[in-house]
Amino acid sequence: MEQVLFRHNKPGRPVTFAEYCAEGGFAALHKALKELSPDDVQRAVIDSGLRGRGGAGFPTGKKWSFVPRDLPGPRYLICNCDEMEPGTYKDRALLEANPYSLVEGMVLAGYAIGVSHAFIFIRRGYELPAANLRHAIAEAKEAGLLGRNILGSGFSMEIDIHLSAGRYICGEETALMNALEGVRANPRAKPPFPAVKGLWGRPTVVNNVETLANVPYIVANGATRFKGLATTPEGSGMKLFCPSGHVRNTVCMELPLGMTLGEIIDGPCGGMLPGKKFKACIPGGASTPYFTADHFNVPMDFDAVAKAGSRLGTGGIVVFDEQTCMVGATLNLTQFFARESCGWCTPCREGLPYVREILTRIEAGGGEPEDIEILREHVHYLNYTFCALAPGAMGPVEGLLQLFEDEIREHITKRRCPFR
Amino acid sequence: MSNAPAEEITTEEVDLTAANHVIDKYLTLHGNLMPVLQGIQDEYGYVPRPAIDLVADRLNIYPSQIFGVLTFYAQFHLKPRGRFIIRVCVGTACHVQGASRIVETFFDKLHIGHAETTPDLRYTFEKVACLGACGMAPLAMVNDATYGKMTVQKVEEIIADYNQRPMK
Ligand SMILES: Cc1cc2nc3c(=O)[nH]c(=O)nc-3n(C[C@H](O)[C@H](O)[C@H](O)COP(=O)(O)O)c2cc1C
Ligand code: FES
Repeated sequence: MEQVLFRHNKPGRPVTFAEYCAEGGFAALHKALKELSPDDVQRAVIDSGLRGRGGAGFPTGKKWSFVPRDLPGPRYLICNCDEMEPGTYKDRALLEANPYSLVEGMVLAGYAIGVSHAFIFIRRGYELPAANLRHAIAEAKEAGLLGRNILGSGFSMEIDIHLSAGRYICGEETALMNALEGVRANPRAKPPFPAVKGLWGRPTVVNNVETLANVPYIVANGATRFKGLATTPEGSGMKLFCPSGHVRNTVCMELPLGMTLGEIIDGPCGGMLPGKKFKACIPGGASTPYFTADHFNVPMDFDAVAKAGSRLGTGGIVVFDEQTCMVGATLNLTQFFARESCGWCTPCREGLPYVREILTRIEAGGGEPEDIEILREHVHYLNYTFCALAPGAMGPVEGLLQLFEDEIREHITKRRCPFR
Repeated sequence: MSNAPAEEITTEEVDLTAANHVIDKYLTLHGNLMPVLQGIQDEYGYVPRPAIDLVADRLNIYPSQIFGVLTFYAQFHLKPRGRFIIRVCVGTACHVQGASRIVETFFDKLHIGHAETTPDLRYTFEKVACLGACGMAPLAMVNDATYGKMTVQKVEEIIADYNQRPMK
């Protein structure tokens, strides 16, 4: 199977700069700066159908095209490496194996958008990825692939690394910009969108690590080839999936978009752990509604997963066996989101702890039948919060209500958790 | 009002040389509050009150703004912390692989709870989510070292190991 992002991986260590270059790395950058205009690069990314890998799946080329063309003054590119959503570890896996495709992708993106200053916003605890990136940035500069007058083209760009002080909300793109500016990371109102008014009030593009790291392949091999990597006609490219929970292989893997959930779990994931039976999974990171075995034939691609009632999200698949209490799992997720609410808007700040209290009560055996309706109302109303944190938090609760209402009722009637 | 004693306000004696060095380094940087506070946190292991006043003074911002930032981000601490910070992940992947048993074992062995520090300042314990290595669940970290596939026995080994280590 052709690999895009994991093509250069070496067992147990990061690829070196020399190896990356020898295996065709930075060829896309040479090509773009010698033969292509910024518009050509942007066009290739639009045609490739590349969609954001940070959770929302927004078309990448389209996002770039929102940056005003002839506004004078600086504009910025930010690579989002906050990756704090439970169940997600793909950006870490990528950067621990290879920091160069991100650096190359960022220079290409910067060239396409006209950026001279880019940032990588990286979560704390990711010491190795940060060290790899620092190293890669120095090597790229040394080789004239980053910095002033890159490859003699006249295009110049710097990349700075910013270490996050740690809060899940910093991954939300407007909160991230506040964090970079050095204030509390509350999200900002949209519009104006970052592409128009972002960091320091300037046009800004925020993209995920995996999104940007795909750009060199697209520029080097063309949009059609990239699109064709997916197994569904609507899909395009490969995707990093990071399985965890009760399956055998819990390592990050690069798979074509469009493989079905069942194919992924029984194939590359190696099936369930011995003696365990599949009950459900989180398909794409902590904020996505659950899938069950009934969803095994859903192609894991943005549109197909959305049609089936969930979201592809980050590709973090957390698999639960039959012994897993879904009320307990949902409570665990809600605890996370309630704690990470930034407190800026009232429905999120007050609503998430309320949902957490109800789930705690049900799990402890003190739930009442009315609680189910109250949960349902919260799933509805918490869609109207200031940013996407609370709607994301309601993803698993919605899944619980839709697929496991019986299990909630069993907790309530037995007045205890049936799994303990 | 209750008649509980007001929270004790201590004026700490802190050598601010290191804090001044950190501020010097970032003085001209656009958006320097965060790197300055991160530098001070790294130097002292927490952000001492006199350092807050110093930063307010030298960067010309209100202490309240600095507190707003310090209390928002997980990295910053207003009190001294243990030499060894033990973090156990309670994210969902770790939860379904038995993270709570690991947490309880640490509680039992160290006689401290979440976000608490042992009186000898050797250990601080924290429940966190998620550490971004869910494939190795359940996960624990001690300072920068990661321990995957945690078991009750591994908890005991870790504590035995770190009990031997020097306090610097
Ligand atoms: C609460 C919250 C947390 C987020 N965390 C991340 C994150 O850690 N990494 C990321 O790339 N995107 C995260 N996002 C999505 C970003 O806001 C943004 O959509 C994304 O970085 C855009 O990049 P992409 O188009 O390449 O996916 C988060 C969104 C929300 C609402
Ligand atoms: S859930 Fe524990 S490392 Fe991700």
